Amino acid sequence: MSILRRRKGTENKKTEPEYEEFNDENKKSNGSSRRLRRRRWSCMDGCCWFVGCICSIWWFFLFLYNAMPASFPQYVTEAITGPLPDPPGVKLAKEGLRAKHPVVFVPGIVTGGLELWEGHQCAEGLFRKRLWGGTFGELYKRPLCWVEHMSLDNETGLDPSGIRIRPVSGLVAADYFAPGYFVWAVLIANLARIGYEEKNMYMAAYDWRISFQNTEVRDQTLSRIKSNIELMVASSGGKKVVIIPHSMGVLYLLHFMKWVEAPAPMGGGGGSDWCAKHLKAVMNIGGPFLGVPKAVSGLFSAEAKDIAAARSMAPSFLESEMFNFQTLQHVMRMTRTWDSTMSMIPKGGDTIWGGLDWSPEEGHECNEKKPKNNTTQTAESDRTRKSDNATRVKYGRIISFGKLVADLHSSEIERIDFRDALKGKSHANSTCRDVWTEYHDMGIEGVTAVADYKVYTAGSVLDLLHFVAPKLMKRGSAHFSYGIADDLDDKKYEHYKYWSNPLETKLPNAPGMEIFSMYGVGIPTERAYVYKLSTAGDCYIPFQIDTSAEGGSKSPCLKGGVFHTDGDETVPILSAGYMCVKGWRGKTRFNPSGIRTFVREYNHAPPANLLEGRGTQSGAHVDIMGNFALIEDIIRVAAGAAGEDLGGDKVYSEQEYSGKPEAAYFNVLELDAPVRRCERLALDGFRRGRGRPKKYWGEVIRRDMEQLQLTEDMTLDRKIWRTRIRAEG
Amino acid sequence: MAAILRFRKLCFLEPVKSFEKPKNDEKKSFEQHPEIERVLEKPKSKKTKKQPKEWRCLDSCCWLIGYLCTSWWLLLFLCNFLPGLRVPEAPGVRLKRDGLTALHPVVLVPGIVTGGLELWEGRPCSEGLFRKRLWGGSFTEIFKRPLCWLEHLSLDNETGLDPPGIRVRAVPGLVAADYFAPGYFVWAVLIENLAKIGYEQKNMYMAAYDWRLSFQNTEIRDQALSRLKSKIELMYVTNGYKKVVVVPHSMGVIYFLHFLKWVEAPPPVGGGGGPDWCAKHIKAIMNIGPAFLGVPKTVANILSAEGRDVAFVRAMAPGLLDSETFGFQTLQHIMRVCRTWDSVVSLLPRGGETIWGDLNRSPEVENICYTSKARYLQSSSKESNGNDTDARRSFHVKELPRYGRIVSFGKEKSELPSSQLSIIDSKEFVREGGASRNSNTSCGEILSEYDEMSRKSIKKVAENDAYTARTALDLLRFVAPKMMKRAEAHFSHGIADDLDDPKYAHYKYWSNPLETKLPDAPDMEIYCSYGVGIPTERSYVYKLSSSDKCKSIPLQIDSSAYGSDNGCLKGGVHFVDGDESVPVVSAGFMCAKGWRGKTRFNPSGISTYVREYQHKAPASILEGRGTESGAHVDIMGNVALIEDVLRVAAGATVAVEPLRLVRMFTSEPLSKHSGPVTAV
Repeated sequence: MSILRRRKGTENKKTEPEYEEFNDENKKSNGSSRRLRRRRWSCMDGCCWFVGCICSIWWFFLFLYNAMPASFPQYVTEAITGPLPDPPGVKLAKEGLRAKHPVVFVPGIVTGGLELWEGHQCAEGLFRKRLWGGTFGELYKRPLCWVEHMSLDNETGLDPSGIRIRPVSGLVAADYFAPGYFVWAVLIANLARIGYEEKNMYMAAYDWRISFQNTEVRDQTLSRIKSNIELMVASSGGKKVVIIPHSMGVLYLLHFMKWVEAPAPMGGGGGSDWCAKHLKAVMNIGGPFLGVPKAVSGLFSAEAKDIAAARSMAPSFLESEMFNFQTLQHVMRMTRTWDSTMSMIPKGGDTIWGGLDWSPEEGHECNEKKPKNNTTQTAESDRTRKSDNATRVKYGRIISFGKLVADLHSSEIERIDFRDALKGKSHANSTCRDVWTEYHDMGIEGVTAVADYKVYTAGSVLDLLHFVAPKLMKRGSAHFSYGIADDLDDKKYEHYKYWSNPLETKLPNAPGMEIFSMYGVGIPTERAYVYKLSTAGDCYIPFQIDTSAEGGSKSPCLKGGVFHTDGDETVPILSAGYMCVKGWRGKTRFNPSGIRTFVREYNHAPPANLLEGRGTQSGAHVDIMGNFALIEDIIRVAAGAAGEDLGGDKVYSEQEYSGKPEAAYFNVLELDAPVRRCERLALDGFRRGRGRPKKYWGEVIRRDMEQLQLTEDMTLDRKIWRTRIRAEG
Repeated sequence: MAAILRFRKLCFLEPVKSFEKPKNDEKKSFEQHPEIERVLEKPKSKKTKKQPKEWRCLDSCCWLIGYLCTSWWLLLFLCNFLPGLRVPEAPGVRLKRDGLTALHPVVLVPGIVTGGLELWEGRPCSEGLFRKRLWGGSFTEIFKRPLCWLEHLSLDNETGLDPPGIRVRAVPGLVAADYFAPGYFVWAVLIENLAKIGYEQKNMYMAAYDWRLSFQNTEIRDQALSRLKSKIELMYVTNGYKKVVVVPHSMGVIYFLHFLKWVEAPPPVGGGGGPDWCAKHIKAIMNIGPAFLGVPKTVANILSAEGRDVAFVRAMAPGLLDSETFGFQTLQHIMRVCRTWDSVVSLLPRGGETIWGDLNRSPEVENICYTSKARYLQSSSKESNGNDTDARRSFHVKELPRYGRIVSFGKEKSELPSSQLSIIDSKEFVREGGASRNSNTSCGEILSEYDEMSRKSIKKVAENDAYTARTALDLLRFVAPKMMKRAEAHFSHGIADDLDDPKYAHYKYWSNPLETKLPDAPDMEIYCSYGVGIPTERSYVYKLSSSDKCKSIPLQIDSSAYGSDNGCLKGGVHFVDGDESVPVVSAGFMCAKGWRGKTRFNPSGISTYVREYQHKAPASILEGRGTESGAHVDIMGNVALIEDVLRVAAGATVAVEPLRLVRMFTSEPLSKHSGPVTAV
């Protein structure tokens, strides 16, 4: 009734008073029909009213938002938190810094945008629209179509037929990942303050799904980067470029530096002095030089800390058939076609990541909160010593089945080798509908064999992955290598699969170049996992992170089935810092020309309040790109400063490792001096006993001679002998 | 939502229900029982007074908006999902089926105005616009902060480069000019069709440049030419040593001419590519809507910041543009900003009277002035090939309009024979600055250079009855001295007699096809593709503006001037055939004549092809901007043109079949007068 009345009222207001004096005739004659009309109209009208209401309110807000001056949010923030510090770009522009060296950004995995150039029927209307990055609207609208287009060919690791997904080019490729979620945008804005613009800033966007060499084969991305760097050097009057890779971009750049020097058919044909001529500095941000343990769990069971946590919160959610398809399996199938994920598998094997009973991070203290001021420092170190005695987390075991196994000494674990285990044929294949992962080929026998091996270190994890994902690893091992080289002059290291592994390549011959390793510290980072066999049916991934495994007070590093260590939430310090602290420091075999290296650590400080957004002092893997201190360092280098001008190394995590002799920083033994390496071989696995080492002096010398390619008569000349065996560093 | 509806129902219906019973009673009973009445009055008053007054208007508004929204969405939904409304198959799909695949890399060179510009550094008023588009896109900033916007888009009046503290740069990549505004495609359709046959970022490059600057300055400031050179070389190498196909549009055509000369010139000024660079790297240049010899529109633009459209608006609502309603004079501001853009000068008519005609003669002797009806006849007769000449004859005009007079003052003056005109030598124009300076003080801020001129000297300008392409330049030098001085260091508008003169090595001649030789690349192909069949501005009838106020532009197009029997003169503008912006002379002359065969402009005998596209307006609104359009920008969506581009890019040579060899070029007057052109 009321609605009807309202409607009438708008139509002719003059009849309004009539309603106040109801007369019988009116009532009786119209009553029934009115009621009918009311029924019919009210729902429709109500809907319209509602939509209109929402719309106008929305427009009103939109109008207010648009009418609001641009400086309003900043004004509010300043009113609440006090005046903000100048962004580093403004500050440094006031100091008189100006754009000098051209800058190249190399984005990492996942952050770069991908757009559609050719697709199947279901992707109509998405031409040159972003499938990855941006709003991800299509993910919700047509998830299966999206997954289909984002996947690569399982055999070749290139485009499936009829689908072309290409990286977005230009600075827009990775300035924002999603609306409002910056990646490079803050850095770009600050560089622009001191005079950078499109002509001396270049985003080396590449398709991060495919292997590094394939980006050249398919898109000629490496050629393009080379040509652009040459152009920028030429057009800026011979100023060398500063390259800023982030995350996986670090490995991509390593690959690029070897590619550009290699002769033409496989490489770029730039010659051995290309890097010396064109590169001033490489400023790696959060670089997983030696891989990340996360990659293992990602490939093994398509999960990480966050997914495991979700699973423990709502156990049946991810497994359910609610959405009529199995999310995780789809994700797994998709990510397993991406070759690039394999570039992040831990490299260097047990030498770097630790064996069954030792790990480089021994003595790492997992604190809930890191002390921020120095007064608590002494108490802190005391506690470290105490807990050191209590438990030593065996980080070397990247995957262990069951919490108990993770803590036991290696001699107490019974292991059955899985490598020869037969893979049973799965009979359940047909019931799993279209979702198919290689686990179905393994059958029960294969799965139990994997679980019976109990403990996997960085070395045996590779075998494990070869076992559970043979196709993937076959494709991957053609493009990536995870070893550690003894003799870098071996001819085989000219193959491109070694180029992205810092432990199997030499740095270019560019003594004037500088390498910075910049990363956040102070955030617990995934390092090793406790697994269990999943109880769910055939169609599911048979392994799961055991989220019930909690370390408690005894070993606080274990939380939800994941052992944590210090890092930037994604990359542990070991991976991010080792090469610059040790592997490349001084003249080593990985760095024959003695390129100077600098380590810059940024201690994580979470944003004080919500208004600060993602913080200006964050140390997290991506958020660090908004860290003012880091931006300032980059701007100074881009404006011409050298590493020493920044103050050389800046290290926080050293405190934790203080008190250790010799290898103050990491517990990894010297890799560089051949003599010491023999020592390490004796040491590996056991405690060093009393008495004479197991090697004889003569044996050691013979071995050295072999490795340094010295002949008998050379040893007789003292001068030659000295220069050859000197362990530099 | 259901809950809210229920709540609403409660609010509205409950009081009614409770009220309904007593309503059924007689009114008198209320009077008899005052207490009851009082009790019942309360809800009544609540309902009748409060509810209708508060809710009625707002509610019905909401209802209306909601109704509109829902029906709009419904229509949108239907539009999207009705199969019948699908556009016909794209040419790319068809050609792919014919077996065409990407072969030669493609370089797109956008024209003036269509390229996006973004802010890199600005004044405080532009806060929050970092890396946002100022030009192209949604143009919202014009409405929010118009003066700030104008300030950032203008260049320095002395140098023609950035003003201090402002850096506005071209958007790079394909996004630079795929869409000019949301939904208004420029290159997008072509890009999409190229992608259909296998093109992608690695073999397609948009040579975006800052179109406000003079061509050489894009290299000096942004190294845009070096970048283009490096990209072409890179694409040549990475695509298996396949030469590139260049597709420039509008002003991009002369920008690319400049590039061709630049790349050959030795390093300090040029790119140092050597004389065989073009032969090695370029397969074909497919000029779309080329403005080789300039556009007469530009003269009017510089003179009074108006074109046909502005003059039309002025005629409709005389007071609107000149009024001070918006607190500032729109046209004057536009004029001030435009005059800082050097590139505008590159579009002034080139070749002087030889090309564009003198006081009596014009190259467009046979031009037919289409009325809308005639155009229809024309296009229909086109389909039945034979009637062509008949149609033409029937619309032939007795007296030819004298197009050579690009600017004439007064309608009669535009028609009189030259002997009756009073022509004053341009040297007699004297800027009388002294007198005006006094009056300036009352005008406050100087907006345009007209404010610095005295009324008297402007009158003097008008005393000269008619200006040809050559004298129009003198006129512009007089009324816009700063701009012309700046820009003429970068552009030249003459026609060369002896191209071996060493002066032609200077970069200011590079973008003028009449003062440069084409590169030594006999295998290269040059296509001139342009639309025809749309009336295009060719010359103007001017008058002195009546308002004597300061800050107003003293010259105006005389929009009252209409032709009597022939339709060529409309609203003060003489029209010829063309693509709405570029007349056929400018677009086609070089390919049809100047470069045809081995001429002095084309010493190596590069083959040239003319492709004309007859304009056909879209049949219905649903077609959007049409697939057979010949208009300057809309032609980029023309199916036939796209097909030509695709075929050339895929390695074919377009079957040489000149659709219609251009009328006026073969006509006598031109070849007689333009002795230098034909004398190779």
